[in-house]
Amino acid sequence: MADTSTPRIELLGVSKSFPGVRALENVELRLNAGEVHALLGENGAGKSTLIKIMTGAVPRDAGEIRLDGRPVQIGTTADARALGISTVYQEVNLIPTMTVTKNLTLERQPRRFGLISWRRARALARQRLKRLNLEIDTEKPLGSYSVAIQQLVAIARALEDDTRVLVLDEPTASLDATETELLFQIVRDLKASGIAIVFITHFLDQVYQIADRISVLRNGRLVGTGPTAELPRLKLISLMLGRELGTVEAHLASHASLASGEPVLAAKGLGRRRTMAPFDLSLRAGEVVGLAGLLGSGRTETAKLLFGAIRPDSGELVLDGKPVPHNSPRQSLRSGVAFCPEDRKAEGLLGELSVRENIMLALQTKRGWLRRLGRDEQKRLAQEMIKALAIATPDAEKPVGQLSGGNQQKVVLARSLASQPKVLILDEPTRGIDVGAHADVVRLIRRLCSEGLALLVASSELDELVAVSDRVAVLRDRRKVGEMAGADITRENIIRTIAGR
Amino acid sequence: MTAPLPPSFSGRLRELTSHRATWPLLALAVILVVDGFVAPGFFTIRIVEGRLFGSLIDILYRAVPTALVALGMAVVIGTKGIDLSVGSIIAVVGATIAWRIQEGDPHFVILLTALGVGLLCGLWNGFLVAVLDIQPIIATLILMVSGRGIGLMINLIYGGTNPSFTSPLLQGLSVGSIGLVPTRLIVFAAVFVALWLLIRRTALGLFVEAVGGNAAAADLAGVRSRLIKYSAYLISGLCAGWAGVILTADTHTSDPVSVALYIELDAILAVVIGGGSLAGGRIYLGMTVLGALVIQTLTTSILMSGLPPEYNLLVKAVVVLFVLLLQSNNARNAVLALVRRRKR
Repeated sequence: MADTSTPRIELLGVSKSFPGVRALENVELRLNAGEVHALLGENGAGKSTLIKIMTGAVPRDAGEIRLDGRPVQIGTTADARALGISTVYQEVNLIPTMTVTKNLTLERQPRRFGLISWRRARALARQRLKRLNLEIDTEKPLGSYSVAIQQLVAIARALEDDTRVLVLDEPTASLDATETELLFQIVRDLKASGIAIVFITHFLDQVYQIADRISVLRNGRLVGTGPTAELPRLKLISLMLGRELGTVEAHLASHASLASGEPVLAAKGLGRRRTMAPFDLSLRAGEVVGLAGLLGSGRTETAKLLFGAIRPDSGELVLDGKPVPHNSPRQSLRSGVAFCPEDRKAEGLLGELSVRENIMLALQTKRGWLRRLGRDEQKRLAQEMIKALAIATPDAEKPVGQLSGGNQQKVVLARSLASQPKVLILDEPTRGIDVGAHADVVRLIRRLCSEGLALLVASSELDELVAVSDRVAVLRDRRKVGEMAGADITRENIIRTIAGR
Repeated sequence: MTAPLPPSFSGRLRELTSHRATWPLLALAVILVVDGFVAPGFFTIRIVEGRLFGSLIDILYRAVPTALVALGMAVVIGTKGIDLSVGSIIAVVGATIAWRIQEGDPHFVILLTALGVGLLCGLWNGFLVAVLDIQPIIATLILMVSGRGIGLMINLIYGGTNPSFTSPLLQGLSVGSIGLVPTRLIVFAAVFVALWLLIRRTALGLFVEAVGGNAAAADLAGVRSRLIKYSAYLISGLCAGWAGVILTADTHTSDPVSVALYIELDAILAVVIGGGSLAGGRIYLGMTVLGALVIQTLTTSILMSGLPPEYNLLVKAVVVLFVLLLQSNNARNAVLALVRRRKR
C-alpha cells in the first residue's frame, strides 16, 4: 500500500467454511479512518460473512484482525462493540412495536435508584437522533415511521461516542432518492468525524456517489480493491461477475416488439378506498409493463389488487375476457396469475422449509391439496429452478432461511415461476439482488416474455424499468397518473410524470 | 458455488448427532436399560390368557391415549397453534358416552356420537382461532376451562353420579384384544397410518407447515390458511375424541373432574421431545409417537421402581428437561466446550 498511515481496521488472511461451503478464503480488507469503503460482490460472494466476522457474529477459521495497527480478539458482538465496531444490518432489527426511545436505549437504560429513568432515556434518545439531524417524536412506536426513518434510527442506535468503524449493510435498499440523499449527508458527516465506514450496496450509482475506495469479493475471495476513481463501472461489474459484460448489456438494447392483441389481464376502475384510487391497467401476452412511482405511491397496492391479495371495493378485474368476481391469491394462481412479493422475509419465505418445498408451494396450491406432487417430480422441479435461476445452494433440501438474501429472492421468484403462470406480477424483483443475479433475472423476464408471458414489474429503480418495459404506468400518491409506451419511456419522462409537471 | 467438502468420520458423527431421531431414541434406550437393571424380567413378554403380557406391552398399551392426543397436537403445533382443551374434550366425550349408554342408544351409534363430539369441540376451537382470529392459547383455554364443567352438567342429566357401565363394543376397542395384540394398539396403528397418509400423501402437511412457518407468505402462495388452521383443530378434536373413547371404556365411568388430567401437557411434551418446535412450521408424526413413548416409559418406570408416587411428577420433569437439553444444540455445544477446556 502506498498509504503511509496505519489503517483503522485491517482484516488479514481471513478464511471461513460452513458445512459444505467455503464462504471466505484468505480475504484481506483494509479501511482507513475517515473513508467510505464500498464492499461489493454478487449474492453469496461472502460479503455478509466477512461483515459478521468483523463484528464478532461469526467466529473465523483463520486470519487476523488489527485495529489501528494492534491485533485484536473479536469473539463476540459485545467484543466488537467494545472496540468501537458497530453494524447496521440489512434487515432492520429493531422492535417495531416499541417506541423510538425504547429502541434506542434498549441495551443501556439510564437508571435512577435502580429503576429506569424514562426522562433521561428520552433525552438520550433525542441526543442520539440529533447527531443524525433527525427530529421525530420519540414516544411514537417505531413501526409507525417509514422504513427510511427506521433505518436512520437503526444507525443512531449503532453509533456510540467512540465508534471507530461503522458497517452499513444495504442501508439504502428500501429508500427512495430523497431519503438516500439524506442518509448520504449523514454518512459524509460521520466520515468527516474520522469514522471508517463499510458500505455494502447493490446500487452502483450510489457507490460512485459516496465511496472513496472499493473492494470486490467473488466466491469468497477478494478479487479487486482500489480507489473508486480507478475502477470505472464496466471494470467493476466484470470484476464482480468474473466475465465480460456483453451479456449484461445486451438486454438493454433488446426492447421486444410491442405486443398486440387482447389483454390477458385487465383492471377496469379497480380500486380500494384509502389504499389505491380506481385505475385502468391491462397486460398483454408477451409484454412487460412497468409500474413506476416513489415509495408509498401505491406500487405494491396496485400489484396486490391485481393479484387478489387486497380485496377491491370498486371496479372489476377481467381475465381472458371474463370478469373475475371474487378474487383471491388462490384463485389468481389457479387461473394463471402469479405474484412475487416485495418483502420476501415477511411475505415470501418459509424459512424453516427446504428450497424444494418453497419452490413447489404455489404449484401445489394450484393443484389443490389432494393432488400432491410426487417426490421425484418435486425434486426435478426444484433442480430445474435451481439451475435456471442459478440459485446458490448445496442442495434442494437446505432450509431456505440459510441461503443468502439474493438467493432467497430467487427462490421466491422460482416459486411463482413454478406455478406455470400466464401473468407474472413482480414487486421489486431485484431488491437486494446483485448485478449478476439482476442480469439473470432480467434475462429470465425477457425469455418468459418472448414465450408469451404477460409481466408486470413494479420497481423503484427507474433504469431497470426503462430497460425492461414495453409500457410504463406511473403512480403518485396512490393514484395512477400516467402511462407511456415505446420510445416515450425515458428516465426523464417518468420523473416528470411522477413530479406532475 | 464452491464444491461440497468430502464427508468425513466427524462429519458423519455430526450428521448422526444432529439427526432428530437420535436423542429421543437414546433417551428411550437409557430409560429402558435402567429399567432392565431395576426390575428383573422387565423385557420378558409372556402369553397369559391368550394375550401378550409384560412391561413393554404395558408401556405401549398405556401410551396410546397420550400418543393419540399428541398426534393431533403435532398437527396443531405445526400451524403455530396449540390445543390446551384436549383433556377437557376427553371429559366431554366420556360424559357423553356414559349418558347415551344410560339412555340406551345402540353402542355403535354411541361410538360415532363420541367421535362426533370430539369433532364438534375441534369445530369450536377452529372457529375461535381461524375465524375470529383469537390467539390459540386463549381460544383453547376457553374450552379447557369449560369442558370439564360441561362434562359434569351432562352427568347431571341423569342424576349427577359417576355411574359405571358396560359396553362390549367400546370396551372391546379399549381393553380387548384381537388375537394376541391389544385392540387399542391396532386401532392406534390404523389412526397413525390414516393421519400419516393424510399429512404426507396429500399436500395437507406441506400447507400446514407453510401456514405455521409464515402465514402471510402462505396466503400469498395461494394456501387458504384459515381453512388449514381449521382442519388442524378438527384433527386434534378427533384424536382427543378417540382417546376419550379408550379412556372412558377403560374406566367404564364418566369422571369429568379427573379423567386425562394434564394430558395436554404430556401431549405438548411428546411433540417437543419429538423435535417439534412451538414456533410451528414442522410436523413430525413418527417422532411425536416416540416422544409419547419416552413419557410413558418414564411414568411406568417410576411406578415400578418403588419410588413413592409423590416423586413421579418431579422425576418426570427432571428427565424431560434432560432430554430437551440433549436436543438443544446450544446446550450440547456448551458442554462440549467445557469438556475441551478441561482437557487442555
